[in-house]
Amino acid sequence: MTLPIVILLDGVLYAAVLFLVAAGLTIVYGVMRILNVAHGSLYALGAYAGTGLVLAYLAREGPPAGLYLALLGGGVLAGAISGPIIERLLLRPIYAREEVVQLLVTFSLFLILEDVMKLLWGVDPYYVAKPYALLGTVTIAGVRYAWYQLLLIAVAVVTGVLVALAIRRTRTGRMIIAVTADREISVTLGINVGRVFTLAFTVGAILATLGGALVAPLISVAPGISVEAIVLAFAVVVIGGLGSLEGAALGALIVGLTRAAAVHLLPEVELATVYLIMVAVLLFRPRGLFGEPEVRRI
Amino acid sequence: MRRARGFLSGLAVAAVLAGGMDVVAPVPAAAQAKPAELKIGIVSFLSGAAAVFGVPGRNAAEWLIDKYNREGGIGGVKIRPVYIDEAGGAEKQVAEFRRLVLDEKVDLVIGYISSADCLAVAPVAEELRVLTVLFDCGTKRIFEDSKYKYVFRTKAHEALDNVAAARYVLAMKPDVKTIAGINQDYAWGRDSWDTFKRAMQKLKPDIQVAAELWPKLLAGEYSAEISRLLILKPDVIHSSFWDGDLIGLVKQGAPRGLFGQSLVVFTPGEHMLQDVGKDMPEGVVLGARGDHWFLQTPNDPIHKEFVDGYRAKYGRYPVYPSYHMYQAVAGVKAVYEKAIKDAGGKWPTPDQVIKAFEGIEYRVPPGRTMVIRADHNGIEPAIIGVTKQTGQYPFAVLDKVRVFPPDEVNPPLGMKTNDWIDSWKK
Repeated sequence: MTLPIVILLDGVLYAAVLFLVAAGLTIVYGVMRILNVAHGSLYALGAYAGTGLVLAYLAREGPPAGLYLALLGGGVLAGAISGPIIERLLLRPIYAREEVVQLLVTFSLFLILEDVMKLLWGVDPYYVAKPYALLGTVTIAGVRYAWYQLLLIAVAVVTGVLVALAIRRTRTGRMIIAVTADREISVTLGINVGRVFTLAFTVGAILATLGGALVAPLISVAPGISVEAIVLAFAVVVIGGLGSLEGAALGALIVGLTRAAAVHLLPEVELATVYLIMVAVLLFRPRGLFGEPEVRRI
Repeated sequence: MRRARGFLSGLAVAAVLAGGMDVVAPVPAAAQAKPAELKIGIVSFLSGAAAVFGVPGRNAAEWLIDKYNREGGIGGVKIRPVYIDEAGGAEKQVAEFRRLVLDEKVDLVIGYISSADCLAVAPVAEELRVLTVLFDCGTKRIFEDSKYKYVFRTKAHEALDNVAAARYVLAMKPDVKTIAGINQDYAWGRDSWDTFKRAMQKLKPDIQVAAELWPKLLAGEYSAEISRLLILKPDVIHSSFWDGDLIGLVKQGAPRGLFGQSLVVFTPGEHMLQDVGKDMPEGVVLGARGDHWFLQTPNDPIHKEFVDGYRAKYGRYPVYPSYHMYQAVAGVKAVYEKAIKDAGGKWPTPDQVIKAFEGIEYRVPPGRTMVIRADHNGIEPAIIGVTKQTGQYPFAVLDKVRVFPPDEVNPPLGMKTNDWIDSWKK
């Protein structure tokens, strides 16, 4: 029976896309305790930047490998530029404020970025399919898949592993963990908390913009994609536990596999799957699968 | 006409202040003075995913109103549009509608792409007694389940798209055995598939339904759905997807061989051709939600003026929401002109305008007569064809085009869509 293989593959393919979108959101929350509502807008920004660079590259007719560099470059640059600006200008003044204020500020950032993107790119959809179609297809279990999809799985795994290693194995990573654990003690130890925050937010932003750029060849890059991205990313992160990278990976896998199974076996319920999982997880583990209970400090 | 009445009472006060005339009697409703302008609220998506429809609609309104105003307006009265963003959901639109009527004091409202917004706004239009012209929403429920005095729709409803698709597909592929649907899980997707399936099963009773897939609206990623369809290999796949979702499905499905394996029909597919360009696979059946196709009778003077003018101003060919907006704005002009004529040259009362609207006939692109029936709903012919890359345009165009006359794709007056389909003889 080939159906289980197809479900597994479809599920993992979707999980890869979900993870790329959700990873940055969970990192930013994990380090800074800020739920960045504008995360989806960064994703959209990456999609526009990647598509824009690819279109510019296509106009110059270079070798095909350059396409992928343009896509990656657009994705990384968008986050590397916008991340520090947003953190320094908008987030820095509100770290000490209540959560509601932080939510409002990132929400207003979401609205601002939506309009900025409309000013820059208009409302007509941007269309680039080359990077997806160019790699060709492969038949697995009797079903044709695009190589690009399989590549996305690899990129998601590599990204996840690299970020996890960087946080756990490098000096900067350990400083991030220290700041996450206790901001005040970290300051007394001489850690430049401001710089760690800028770094963490920029990494989160790059993950979002990179995700957007990599997904762009599959979708229509147009107004509205940011909302969809943030809703899904939020669901995945809540299932996995806010702030946990492993949680985001597991959450993405659970959502991806369940949705794929629903499409193949019970398409009538597809719409509800993500939210049913969310409800089920929150009923039994209100902090998500990998969430840790928060210790109250006086 | 609130505005007209305000203008009149202003005149009355001025007259009293001038101290000459005896102004006692209230202004009789029938004697309307010509207003300074006709203020029209125009509601269309200007942000969010549906802006790709909403903006071509708004553009058409802007272009046509400019043209009318250059030519002297309606009966000498200039049109002043007030553009409103349709984004934000039905409740927000109801609030915006009240604001347009009560604060902005518009004379009428043209608008709404989303069926949910149409269904929510119609009763409020009735309550506030303001003429409201629905320009793009497709739900058949609005006039099949309710009756409105102040609400009109200057286009056909969703039955047209799906009945035309069924007839076309069966003519193209008479031996079709299995069909599958991939439609967004909300009213539009559900209704579209329901009508298509009903029509197909009526026209060919031995047809089997292989799968009914219901991805979320704006899901964007359809890997599993495409795999499912590749496994099932249905003869025909029906989808009422629109813009972003539609483009996503084309992008992801084409390299995986979806369009080579099954005959795929996209009921509102015409609007994405210019976006997808050279990547559009050939042999895909596309509808245009009416006969809204820029290459249909291109030399008709009305059509040519619209296509050339629109393209010169916005750099693209008009797509079906642009044509729908044209039908709404041109309809309002035709109705007011008829009402003015019926009122013996005077500016008409709202009741006279509504009376003129029922049964109005006027010319629209691509060069045909638009008819608004007594049930307040328009009927249109349907164009449908298959995609072909001709090299003449930087995008695919429709080949093997068939135009279905209105009586073949719209239920007869007074009959509900489902009853109509059920009454077909094989």
